[in-house]
Amino acid sequence: MKFLRGGAWLPPTVFGAGALGLWELVLWATDPEGFVLPRPSEIAIALGENISEVWVASRVTGFIIGSGLAGGVVLGAVAALIVIRFRTANETLTPLAVAINAIPIIALAPLFNNWLGITSPRSNQAVVVLLVFFPVFINTARGLSEVDDEQIELMQSYAASDWRIMRTVRIPNALPFFFTALRLVASLAVIAAIVVEYFGGRQDTLGNIITQNAQFTRYDVAWAAVVAGSLVGIALYFAALILERLVTGRYARATTAA
Amino acid sequence: MNAAEPQRAAGEAAQDLVLEIAGLEKTFNPGRSNAVPAISDLYLAVRPREFVSIIGPSGCGKSTLLRLVGGLIKPTGGELSVNGRTAGEARLNRDYGMVFQAAGLLDWRTALRNVELPLELMGWSKLRRRKRAKEMLELVDLGGFASHYPAELSGGMQQRVSIARALSFEPSLLLMDEPFGALDEMTREHMQAELLKIWRETATTVIFITHSIPEAVFLSTRVAVMSPRPARIAAELSIDLPERTPQTRDTEEFFRNVSLVRRTLRSVEGQ
Repeated sequence: MKFLRGGAWLPPTVFGAGALGLWELVLWATDPEGFVLPRPSEIAIALGENISEVWVASRVTGFIIGSGLAGGVVLGAVAALIVIRFRTANETLTPLAVAINAIPIIALAPLFNNWLGITSPRSNQAVVVLLVFFPVFINTARGLSEVDDEQIELMQSYAASDWRIMRTVRIPNALPFFFTALRLVASLAVIAAIVVEYFGGRQDTLGNIITQNAQFTRYDVAWAAVVAGSLVGIALYFAALILERLVTGRYARATTAA
Repeated sequence: MNAAEPQRAAGEAAQDLVLEIAGLEKTFNPGRSNAVPAISDLYLAVRPREFVSIIGPSGCGKSTLLRLVGGLIKPTGGELSVNGRTAGEARLNRDYGMVFQAAGLLDWRTALRNVELPLELMGWSKLRRRKRAKEMLELVDLGGFASHYPAELSGGMQQRVSIARALSFEPSLLLMDEPFGALDEMTREHMQAELLKIWRETATTVIFITHSIPEAVFLSTRVAVMSPRPARIAAELSIDLPERTPQTRDTEEFFRNVSLVRRTLRSVEGQ
């Protein structure tokens, strides 16, 4: 796998280290008290000092992200299958999905808290599910429907059933679309989960660490939680990428190499 | 209509014919203001082992005719039987293999697994279909490319895979819709020779849509010329060439046939 080979790591690592170094240097020169922005070294120290709290919070938030992501992805993919398979479902479900997407879902967080309990992670999960659903649904549906007419006619010439065409042509055709959506929503889910935590849910979450510490000007700790959130996002992104390579296998490499 | 008893014979004399079409009609959007009569009063009969090319002005309904024969669309009138069955029954019975202008391979399957596809749908065991698919790839000179993906093959190679796929289940009839239309001249001539070789080696009847006159003459035992829309078969010409090798293209006989088809086509278009 190309992205796991050593050479591919080098340029972004050098660039990232350089950017952090510059950040450190500029702030050391202009804002040594850290009123505006803490230096990377301060954030690292804060992360070290609060590691157990941040670790617990990462797991709680990570679970909300993971479960919400899984729920939204499954719902989106299944809805896409139904919509492509049954025309009437398409006419009913697609406008509904578009309508849901038009709602500023994160803005619903306080209302969800009201319905599902202010201290319950349910409302956080619900927001993540809703947010993840639409990109997965639209992309997967597109992949299922954007199939060459000739491939469909060919399958019909073999007297293949609609369900067989779905399994043999449409679903494999939709996989790259699905995985593109998956990578997209992996990071989206992290944003959604943390922002929703600003409004409620459990107390031991990354979102809470950020709001609490920002209130008391402990920006270095707040930033430490942001770093933890980024790591969760990166981990999910790579998990999605690895899953994609595992599923699409040699075909993906054969085509991306071309 | 798919549920009709498959035993029912469509015509009396139809048994010896691979394809029999009588008074075929096809109108798109029938009864509406935008109705398009594509085919009208079309007659054609094809005997086993014939190689019949259908040639005509572009947009005249050649592909429509092929899809009607394949049972992919339904006629609005007339009789059509394939091996004595209706087109729909023949489709369910897998009496024919189809090759389109685009190879239509599944990108995520290797060449071998693309050839296996129809066999898979027919419930062949893995071992048996793998063996047959390998044989078919050998037949189209792609034995060494079994594990290649379509993206790794040239256009001509992809089209050969698609021909191997269409022949894999030994259909009695091969329907080809401008299969070499997207290929360059050199590859095209090479593929024509390959197709003739395959046609001789297998006991297949071929119906071949093209708009290239030399291609039709080189390949066919008979050329059917279609009229402009609404299409019918306006003329049928037997092509009698002593042999069909690359040299044949430079012979007097070949040119005479080509100009005969060209004159016929011109007179049909002028009507």
